[in-house]
Amino acid sequence: MYNYGFRSYASKEDFFERSKTFWNPGKTQFWKDFGIDLVIDRREEYFLYDISGKRLIDVHLNGGTYNLGHRNPELIATLIEAMKRFDIGNHHFPSLARTALAEELAKVCPGELQYTIYGSAGGEAIDIAIKTARHARQRRKIVSIIKAYHGHTGLAVCTGDQRFSKLFLSEGAPQDFAQVPFNDLDAMERALKGRDAAGVLMETIPATYGFPMPKEGYLPGVKRLCEKYGALYIADEVQTGLMRTGQMWAITKYGVEPDILVTAKGIGGGIYPLACAVVGKRHAGWLKQDGFGHMSTTGGAELGCVVALKVLEICQRPEVRSFVQYISELIGAGLREIQALYRDFFIGIRQNGLVMGLEFDHPRGAMYVMRALYRNGVWAIFSSLDPRVLQFKPGILMPRELCEELLDRVEVSIGEARREVRGLRKRARPENARRSPAARRSAELVTEVGHAVGRNRLKQARDEKTGALSGSDHPRGAAGGSSVSGDEDLGRNSTGARTWQN
Amino acid sequence: MAELIAPDAANELALDLARVRMMVGRARWAAGAFSRLDRERTLRIAHAAAEAGFARAAYYAEKAVRETGFGVAEDKRTQIELCTRGTFGYYRRELLVGTRLDPVRRLVAVARPAGVVFALTPSTNPVSTVLFKIICALLTRNAIIVSPHPRAKICSAGAARVLASAALRAGAPDGAIQVIDEPSLELNEALMCDPRIDVILATGGMSVLRAAHRSGNPAIGAGPGNVPVLVDATADAAKAAKCIAASKSFDNSLLSTSESVLIVEEGIADRLLRHLKAYGAHLCSPVERDRLRKYLFPGGRFEAAVTGKHAVWIAGQAGFRVPPKTKVLLAPFDLAVPEEPFCREKLFPVLGLCRVRYAEAGIDVSRAILRYAGGGHSAAIHSRDPGTIMAFASALKALRIIANNPCSSGTVESDGSRAPSIVIGTGYYGHSSVGEDIGPHHLINWSRISYSKDAGEALGYCDEPEGPQAKNAV
Ligand SMILES: Cc1ncc(COP(=O)(O)O)c(C=O)c1O
Repeated sequence: MYNYGFRSYASKEDFFERSKTFWNPGKTQFWKDFGIDLVIDRREEYFLYDISGKRLIDVHLNGGTYNLGHRNPELIATLIEAMKRFDIGNHHFPSLARTALAEELAKVCPGELQYTIYGSAGGEAIDIAIKTARHARQRRKIVSIIKAYHGHTGLAVCTGDQRFSKLFLSEGAPQDFAQVPFNDLDAMERALKGRDAAGVLMETIPATYGFPMPKEGYLPGVKRLCEKYGALYIADEVQTGLMRTGQMWAITKYGVEPDILVTAKGIGGGIYPLACAVVGKRHAGWLKQDGFGHMSTTGGAELGCVVALKVLEICQRPEVRSFVQYISELIGAGLREIQALYRDFFIGIRQNGLVMGLEFDHPRGAMYVMRALYRNGVWAIFSSLDPRVLQFKPGILMPRELCEELLDRVEVSIGEARREVRGLRKRARPENARRSPAARRSAELVTEVGHAVGRNRLKQARDEKTGALSGSDHPRGAAGGSSVSGDEDLGRNSTGARTWQN
Repeated sequence: MAELIAPDAANELALDLARVRMMVGRARWAAGAFSRLDRERTLRIAHAAAEAGFARAAYYAEKAVRETGFGVAEDKRTQIELCTRGTFGYYRRELLVGTRLDPVRRLVAVARPAGVVFALTPSTNPVSTVLFKIICALLTRNAIIVSPHPRAKICSAGAARVLASAALRAGAPDGAIQVIDEPSLELNEALMCDPRIDVILATGGMSVLRAAHRSGNPAIGAGPGNVPVLVDATADAAKAAKCIAASKSFDNSLLSTSESVLIVEEGIADRLLRHLKAYGAHLCSPVERDRLRKYLFPGGRFEAAVTGKHAVWIAGQAGFRVPPKTKVLLAPFDLAVPEEPFCREKLFPVLGLCRVRYAEAGIDVSRAILRYAGGGHSAAIHSRDPGTIMAFASALKALRIIANNPCSSGTVESDGSRAPSIVIGTGYYGHSSVGEDIGPHHLINWSRISYSKDAGEALGYCDEPEGPQAKNAV
């Protein structure tokens, strides 16, 4: 019996039935078929709790929505204060909170970005950005990246994978929406050459495509092409912004000053939906021509704006920069050690700060890993547009102990997934894995004694230490017990739909 | 202007607390990284920080006096110099990072930093205490968060930042030194209970000490002093007078180690007072004494304005004039009882004066003084009779006994006989877990590897192979 006040459910099954009946049968069944029976109940810090009580470390974070942790107490306190005075607000009038946030965004955004136009979801803000670019340039065409993901609203959906637009007969006119491969400047130039593009819409590091890293010079190259052919550069910082890369916006890390910047997800701190398109002064002409040209009753709700101000304040603290640095170093190093164990399966680590994609040598490798992680208490999600790659997004305020625990769980889970994929029955260790990184991490304590430990003595100490562990499996590895195994189960479900998430 | 959103007090505290809790998280990361550094790098960092503090000693001494309104800039400078370069110099050779071996008992000890130190610092010696605690933390690879006294928060935070940036440049992990800019009592109380704090290093009054130990975290407390100084008939009167006058007037008596009540054996009293006069002490007449008492303790409570003020100024406020060279006011009284205000701790250059017939009676008065305040702290004696000194030390509830020296020695300057320290652990008598001068060694534990007696098995490597010091450590 699960009683939530607003509703109670006799069992998890009962809940799933109702979810299928009244909410979304396809999605509900998809995860069930997958062996992932998560119903998120309690949540706090970087933890999710299934209604069974099972705890998961959240490294999905809904693409950065929960950057600062679930139900961050500072944000809750801020929202409670705001509610004593404000509500959503009246979108027809100049607004205290909306103006304050816009002013702050102008301060923290690069270059000439000045005006903020509000929505309540990322897709909506992308639509606003597209409309703004079209008005500014008086052109219709929008160029985006193949396998890009910008949301499912009317215009945004036309810039992404056709799977989501075709379903609803909502593909844009081909002459209005062009798509080019990522990291290909020539293709970009061909798309822009006709001088008919209003804007280029770019995720700084495409998330749903598994975070492939932009090549050296690619993004600045795109910006130069935009300038050359009169198109606006629209940076989608929905997943990469707000300190995930160690800087407020990833785009500035790549040396680009966009004409429009879109932020969503994390800007509302996971407790109040909000999305913003921040636009350069020169391109915001419609705001003067017809200020009522675009509107949204709940877009830029004042309560959300007050929360967002707090989010920005937190993100600018020196502590946060420090956290990101420490976490990305520790997790990066830990992942490389795990990779050394499973080189034949775990073939790539894409990383910029805490934006990470883990690449596996199997067409749906990340799905196996996701499932193994779920069994072992970690929630991370595969990239729906490239299921070889697992999106791995640790929180930007994670404590060290939790990072170490996370790595222990990841190590075991990748090993399990590898065995499943390779059809290995025995829990044999791969050749090159003489000792586990978990053992090595604890062996690091040895270095704490200081320098006098000679190099070979140290190595010897480590070997001895590892020797003790290498005989048996890692203690946390015992979780096991998956109900679903084998290649056939992955990537399909009863409704025949493919993957849906982002 | 109306405040747009003015949080109520509870919510405001929640917000402030969340802010500083983030500092603790950062400190934990820093501590993790710090614990991996070797001795050489650790010393380089501590040295850089100590020198940076030393170089700015005069500046921050001046700032401290201006911000708090008490003390003597020149004296504070001396003390800051001791707490930075002096402290580093004293401890640089001590093994605080690395391993030690005891071949006889077949023990190997490994130094282990505490992790995150939460330091509470006072308004009386703000900068010196902050810097001393930071140097101790750096010498032992600990991260430290300083919560300065609200009355001295600006100079304390400024000085801490000077050390933080010097340490960072020398290779300290990011966030190893942090300071709370807007400290408050409530914030301290809450932060002390944070389970991610590894040890609290608290300097302050009894309530602060009690709160630190109540927190559930390991705590080292440096409580208030109330120093009796006994001069018996065998003493060298000239030397005693010199020591007492210097120690009592240093920084206008803001040190917890400075003498509070002078107890003098009748036989030497007049001689001692003559010498004291030569060193700038003014013996108050009964009328002056009564005015002083009335001014200093209106309604039985302290007049806060006198803390760390100059003797001449205090006399003026009390309504009598003293020679301009006066550095100490001597206030005679007969009965050492709790209702006698001159028996209490006096963070200003007024020294209680009590004549006794015999040394034994002087010991009783000294005991009484410490009963009222300052238990577990310091006491001083001037005597040529080791028997009296031993009797004095054994009878008093004091843990830091100074014989024939200024009681503030070690906290003002170091002649090498005492380690420099401005943080005095007041022990069980004073509600603290440590009963000695605090130094970096209190911020580490030792992991001890005990080998079997089989001499054929090799012992582990170590930094300090043999010698008596090594054995002491293990
Ligand atoms: C990069 C990117 N842009 C835009 C969006 C759309 O945001 P929303 O779902 O809030 O409409 C997403 C959502 O996942 C995203 O990842």
